[in-house]
Amino acid sequence: MSKEIILLLLIVVAGTGGELCVARTMQAVGPASDLRPAALIRLIVRALQNGWMWLGFLLMAVGFFSLLEMLSLENVSFVVPVTALSYGLGALGGKVFLREQVTRRRWAGVLLVCLGVGLVLIGQR
Amino acid sequence: MKTFASSPSKIYPLLVLLVILGPLGNVLLGKGMKDIGAVSSWRPADLWHFLAQLSGSGFIWLGVGCLIAFFGAYMLVLSWADYSYVQPASAVAYGMVALLGHFLLGEVVTPLRWTGVLIICLGVLVVGHTPPRTTESRG
Repeated sequence: MSKEIILLLLIVVAGTGGELCVARTMQAVGPASDLRPAALIRLIVRALQNGWMWLGFLLMAVGFFSLLEMLSLENVSFVVPVTALSYGLGALGGKVFLREQVTRRRWAGVLLVCLGVGLVLIGQR
Repeated sequence: MKTFASSPSKIYPLLVLLVILGPLGNVLLGKGMKDIGAVSSWRPADLWHFLAQLSGSGFIWLGVGCLIAFFGAYMLVLSWADYSYVQPASAVAYGMVALLGHFLLGEVVTPLRWTGVLIICLGVLVVGHTPPRTTESRG
């Protein structure tokens, strides 16, 4: 398996997994009541006390450093759209892991996004 | 029921912020990494040299700053809306990346890739017409 494919897998799987963990944290913390600095700091502190947040950081760090390495190998306008492959995984994770209601319309939107990513990929090669 | 938390008027400005900060951070990192080049080997000395180069790059620092601000906005919007809503909605960023890559870095963006970006944006519009929040807080 080429280095680029391994890096892409890490970017997509670890990156999306990390984001799902952060989303899980924010579900647990609850909505920000307002945008005043004190309220925002309380929100961040509560989030940092949640274990999912730290697992999210770890996974996102793996995804981030994979992205850094990938950016040194390929053009940014190719690398970043490829990471949109995580949309299908993200919608699935939202439904299964976060118990979100992913309606047909939302799936249709995700499908369009994935199709667009496919075209971006074909356009690169 | 539409609450403060799920109000689009609160969510959309943050999504715009995400769309600007994320791509800008990535483009700045891309520029920084292009200047530095790939890691030559995984030996500690080479890795150390690579990290030293990273920490000395203004583009890397600016990129990281943008991504930290992006993450703060991301946490906030996730406290108000579903992940499966926010993630696709932030895909407008891909159009921004293509634009920045083309105009700032001089990268070639083919018509097919522009078409892909437009379809991504269409998908985002479709997702944008679903309710932002479908779950209750677990707290």
